[in-house]
Amino acid sequence: MTPDLTRSSAADLAGALSRKDVSAVEATQAHLDRIAAVDGDVHAFLHVDTEGALAAARDVDRRRAAGEELSPLAGVPIAVKDIAVTKGVPTTCGSRTLEGWIPPYDATVVARLRAAGLPILGKTNMDEFAMGSSTEHSAFGPTHNPWDLERIPGGSGGGSSAAVASFQAPLAIGTDTGGSIRQPAAVTGTVGTKPTYGGVSRYGLVALASSLDQAGPCSRSVLDAALLHAVIAGHDVMDSTSIDAPVPPVVEAARRADVRGLRVGVVKELGGEGYQPGVRTRFEESVQLLVDAGAEVVEVSCPHFDYALAAYYLIMPSEASSNLARFDAMRYGLRVGPDGVGSPSAEQVMAASRDAGFGDEVKRRIILGTYALSSGYYDAYYGQAQKVRTLIARDFAAAFEQADVLVSPTAPTTAFRIGEKLDDPMAMYLNDIATIPANLAGIPGMSLPSGLADEDGLPAGIQLLAPATKDERLYGVGAALEAALEQRWGGRLLDRAPELDGSAASATEARA
Amino acid sequence: MPSTRLRGMSALNRDEVAHLAMLARIDLSQDELQTLSGQLEQIARSVAKVGEVAADDVPPMSHPLPLTNVTRVDEVRPSLPVEDALAGAPAAQQRRFLVPRILDEE
Repeated sequence: MTPDLTRSSAADLAGALSRKDVSAVEATQAHLDRIAAVDGDVHAFLHVDTEGALAAARDVDRRRAAGEELSPLAGVPIAVKDIAVTKGVPTTCGSRTLEGWIPPYDATVVARLRAAGLPILGKTNMDEFAMGSSTEHSAFGPTHNPWDLERIPGGSGGGSSAAVASFQAPLAIGTDTGGSIRQPAAVTGTVGTKPTYGGVSRYGLVALASSLDQAGPCSRSVLDAALLHAVIAGHDVMDSTSIDAPVPPVVEAARRADVRGLRVGVVKELGGEGYQPGVRTRFEESVQLLVDAGAEVVEVSCPHFDYALAAYYLIMPSEASSNLARFDAMRYGLRVGPDGVGSPSAEQVMAASRDAGFGDEVKRRIILGTYALSSGYYDAYYGQAQKVRTLIARDFAAAFEQADVLVSPTAPTTAFRIGEKLDDPMAMYLNDIATIPANLAGIPGMSLPSGLADEDGLPAGIQLLAPATKDERLYGVGAALEAALEQRWGGRLLDRAPELDGSAASATEARA
Repeated sequence: MPSTRLRGMSALNRDEVAHLAMLARIDLSQDELQTLSGQLEQIARSVAKVGEVAADDVPPMSHPLPLTNVTRVDEVRPSLPVEDALAGAPAAQQRRFLVPRILDEE
C-alpha cells in the first residue's frame, strides 16, 4: 500500500524527497488531489494554482536529478495566505476591492519560498485585510474548522490553519498582527509562530498595522514550523524594519528540544476568569509536563496587560485607516461611480468604491482609526495607547528578568460556532486577549496544541512567548512539550480529528 | 469641517460617524450609519480605558524596535515596467493611470 503523502510531516516528506523515494510532482499532486476532495467542505483556499505548483515541482525534480544542492524543504508544497502578493497569481486579501487583481511582483516571503523550491499550492482564505478572528469577515465566505465544520477555524489566518489541519498542505504562511497565526493554530490543533517583529520581511504583504504585522509559519509540528521559519526569515533591504542580524537557530533548538534548567513564567493576568475550563485544564497539564521535563515554573505578573486590548484597538485601527487609504480606486482595485451622478469627481468615485469594496469590519476599523487620529482626540486615544504600549513592553521586560519564556493559554475558548459572534464586535475582539501583548511589544510567540477540551472535545492551544530575537527558545520549549504531550496522547492530536469525506458541501446544498 | 465638531470621549453618534466616514472617504448608506454608530460607540467606550493608566512621564512607543532611519545607496535599480504597473489599473491611457476629474464643478 502506498503511504498517504498528505499525512506526512514536512520534515519526513523532505527526507523522502531527498532520498528520491518520492518526487516533488507526486507530493504536490497528492496535496492537489486532497484539496479537490475536501476543500469543498473546508473552503481553506481562495485560489488553487495547480499549474504553477506542478511546474515548480517539476523544476525541483529536474534539479535534484541533475545533482544540484537544494534547500532542505525543496519539493514540499505550501499554502500561502492571500495577504502576500504573488506574481501572476490572484491576490485578494479576502476583499471585493481586490477581486481579480493579479499582482505584478512577489512578496519577499513568496520569493524566498520559490527560491527554496516549495511549490505554492494556492492562496488561503482570511478575514478581509486580516481584520478578524474567525475568517467570517472574508468577502468570499467563511472557512470551516476541520474538527467541526459548523465552527470557525480562527482568524484572520483561518484558511492557512484549516489547510494544514485538514492535510491539504503540510505547511502554510500566515501573518499575525494581534494573534492571526497563533489563535487559528490553537483552535485547529496546529502549530503557528509569530516571529520577532522584523524577523521576516513585510515587503509585499498587504499592510494592516505596520508596527504590529509579522509573517510566520503554520504547520502540524514544531520542527516543521522551525524548518519553514528558517526559509522565510532574515534581513531584507526592501523592508526598512527588517532586522539585520542572523536568523535565530530555530531548527537546532527544535531538534534539541531541551527545557532542563529553563525558567518558565506563567502570566497571572492571562488565564483564570473568562477562560474556558477545558482550556485551563489542558494548559495546567502542559505546564506540569514542562516541570516533569526539567523546567522550573514561576508565576509572573504583567499588570498592564489588562489595558492591552484597549491599546491595541486604538493603535491597530489607526494604522489600518492610514494603510488602507491606498485603496483609492485609482491604480488598482475596484472602481465604481456613485449612483445617479453623471460625471463624478475622483473623490466621489473613491468614496463610492470604498463603500462597495470594503466589508463591515473594515469600515468599522477605518472609522475607529480615523476617530482615534482626529484632531482633539489624538492625545486621549492614539497618544495614550502608545504610552500603554510602553507599559506593556516594560511588563514583559520585568517578566523576562524572572523567566526565560512565558506561557499562557493561546485563546480563551475553543472554536466557537460560525455566526455566533458576528454581530458583536467586542466579543469577537476578546479572542485575541492573550495574543495581543506580544504584537504590541514586538516579541515572538508560538501556539501549539495542548489537547482537547473536556467539555466539547475541541483543540485548545498553549502560547509560548520569548524575548525579542530569542525565537529559538519557543522552538526548544515547544518541541520538548510537543514530545511529552504526544507520548501522553499516544500519537499526534490531529490523528483524532474526524475524517473529511467531502460530503458536507453537498449535504448543505441539499438542505438549502 | 465646520458642520460637525466631535465632542466628548464616547460621543460617537450618527452625525459624527457620518463626518468620520466623509474624512475616510467611505460613502456609507443610511443603514450602515445606523448600525456602525451603535457599535462604534460601544467600542469607543471600551478603548477609552487607556486613559486610566500611563501618566505624562511615560514615553509613547510607536514601534517595537529601536529604529534609525535607513538610507540605501543612491544607485539605479530595476523597477516595475510601466505595463506591469498599469496592468491592475481600473483605467489607463497613454501609459498613465486614467482617473476621474479631480476638480469640483462649481
